[in-house]
Amino acid sequence: MNAIAAETRSVVIEREIAHPPEKIWRALTQPHLIEEWLMKNDFDPVVGHRFNLRGEWGGTLDCEVLAVEANRMLSYSWNFVHDDPAFNLESVVTFTLVPANGGTLLRMEQSGFRPDQKQASGGAAAGWRGFLAKLEQTLSHMG
Amino acid sequence: MPNPPDILFKTLADPTRRAIFERLCLEGEQTVGALTARAGVSQPAVSKHLGVLKQAGLVLDRHEGRQTHYSARPGALAPLTDWTTRMASFWESRFDTLEDLLKRMDQ
Repeated sequence: MNAIAAETRSVVIEREIAHPPEKIWRALTQPHLIEEWLMKNDFDPVVGHRFNLRGEWGGTLDCEVLAVEANRMLSYSWNFVHDDPAFNLESVVTFTLVPANGGTLLRMEQSGFRPDQKQASGGAAAGWRGFLAKLEQTLSHMG
Repeated sequence: MPNPPDILFKTLADPTRRAIFERLCLEGEQTVGALTARAGVSQPAVSKHLGVLKQAGLVLDRHEGRQTHYSARPGALAPLTDWTTRMASFWESRFDTLEDLLKRMDQ
C-alpha cells in the first residue's frame, strides 16, 4: 500500500428510492435537474467532459466525467481547491443504480483524500491550536 | 463510537470549558487543582466542566491516591476535522432533496 492509498478514505450512502433507475438517471445527468437537487453545473454525460459544480456558498468544484453507463453507473471527479489547504479535497464520486423491489437502490460512494490529511491528523500542538482557533471562529458565527 | 458533531460543538461552545480542554491538549495531563489555579473559576465549577468534557469523550480521568488526573483525547474531535463525516451529512441531505425532486418529475 502506497502513501496515497493509505490516506484514501470513503463515504458511502445507500438509499432505496421508490422510482425506476431510468428516472433517477435523468435527475443525475440533466443539468437543470442536477441543479435542483445538487448544485448549478455545466454537466454533460460524456467521458472526459470537464465541468464545474457551483455551490450556494460561493465555492466551485472542479469535476471531470470518468465513467458513464446509462441507467446503471456514473462516476466523476470531485475536486475542491482552496487557499487554505485544510479545505482542499481530491475525490471521486460514483453513483450506482440497481433495480430493487420495483424501485432503485441508489448508492453513492465518494472516495478520496485531503492532501494535508496526514498533517491534520498528526495531533501536533500547533495543529490543534490552529484547529481550535478555527473552531472558535465558527462558534462565534453560530447564533 | 465517536460522539456526533453537535455534542462536541455544544461541549466546546463554553469558553471556560474550551480553555480547560485546550490547556490539556497543549500541556498534557493535569489535576483539578492545577487546572483550577489558572481557570479563573472555583474548583467545583472546574470539576463540573471536566465532567461535561468527559461525557463528550474529550477527556479521560485517572485516579491516583486522592488525586484525579485529567488528560485530553484530541482524537475525539475527529468528527469535526474528518471530511468524510461532513460529506456524509451533505449527501444525506442532497438525497432528501433528490427524492423530493423525483416526486415532482413526471415519468
